[in-house]
Amino acid sequence: MAIFVATGGPKKAPKTAASKGKSPRMYPADDVPVPKKSRKATKAAPKVRGSITPGTVVILLSGHFRGKRVVCLKVLKSGLLLVSGPFKINGVPLKRVNPAYVIATSTKVDVSKVSVPASVDDAYFARSEAAASAGEEKFFKGDASKAVVSDQRKADQKAVDAALMKAVGSTPVLKQYLNAKFTLTNNDRPHNMVF
Amino acid sequence: MVFERYVEVGRVALVNYGDSKGELVTIVDVVDGNKCLVDGAAAGGAPRQVISYSRINLTDLKVALGRGAKGKAQKAAWKAAGTQAAWDSSSWAKRLANKKTRAGLNDFSKFKVMCAKKSKSAAVAKKLKSYKK
Repeated sequence: MAIFVATGGPKKAPKTAASKGKSPRMYPADDVPVPKKSRKATKAAPKVRGSITPGTVVILLSGHFRGKRVVCLKVLKSGLLLVSGPFKINGVPLKRVNPAYVIATSTKVDVSKVSVPASVDDAYFARSEAAASAGEEKFFKGDASKAVVSDQRKADQKAVDAALMKAVGSTPVLKQYLNAKFTLTNNDRPHNMVF
Repeated sequence: MVFERYVEVGRVALVNYGDSKGELVTIVDVVDGNKCLVDGAAAGGAPRQVISYSRINLTDLKVALGRGAKGKAQKAAWKAAGTQAAWDSSSWAKRLANKKTRAGLNDFSKFKVMCAKKSKSAAVAKKLKSYKK
């Protein structure tokens, strides 16, 4: 009889004494799900090829801005590149790009004076849940809320570009170069070209 | 049409195919109606070889050589005739050199060349217009 009293009710998990190095007095009546421990080591950020360094002018190959020549500012923890057009020159904002989808050129811009705010990291660019789940139904109805660029982003863009524009301006023709789109024409052999 | 460049011993030619492509050679001997023996000893160092006429382009240049002349004689003949300098100053050679330089330019430099070309042609067009009036 005394045994039943000791359990103190059917579904209550007994206090474990594991922290003191003792085994629990009672065996839990219900199975408590414990997440399986992953044995995977935390992966290091993917390596970015040596031709891409902060200041390298890269040519974007996919997405909305394909063909644009932009300046790489740094490599983020995720292994993606942080680039800026600069926005004033070619309309490319601060954004992340996959290095697999860029051509690295040998042209470098001196970005030593460009300081990227510490807040601009991978989380900075992550989409909010609400934006991601805005369904197509809403979209076709036409009442999907338009994406609004936050003031914070505008301020960051301005801060980064101010220094970047100065660096770009110090090399003649570089501004026009960044403004021009990269295209292939007849008889252009990309594998034989020097970037 | 009058021919001015002949396949003959001492004729300088440019190889346009194969391993020695782009190198200058001297015709040392004529094998038959299709092939000749060339040697690049005096210029880029293309090996002595029998080559088809379709794989060489004859130049205006000629050096005084005996039939089957060896490397030493070729070098002396080239030096005496100033062949290398004559070739380098030809517009043909300049065009080839230019082509090579352009191919080695990086993306930004190519863009700068494009800009320079545009401003040049704009200047030319402007001048031309002023003459037309």
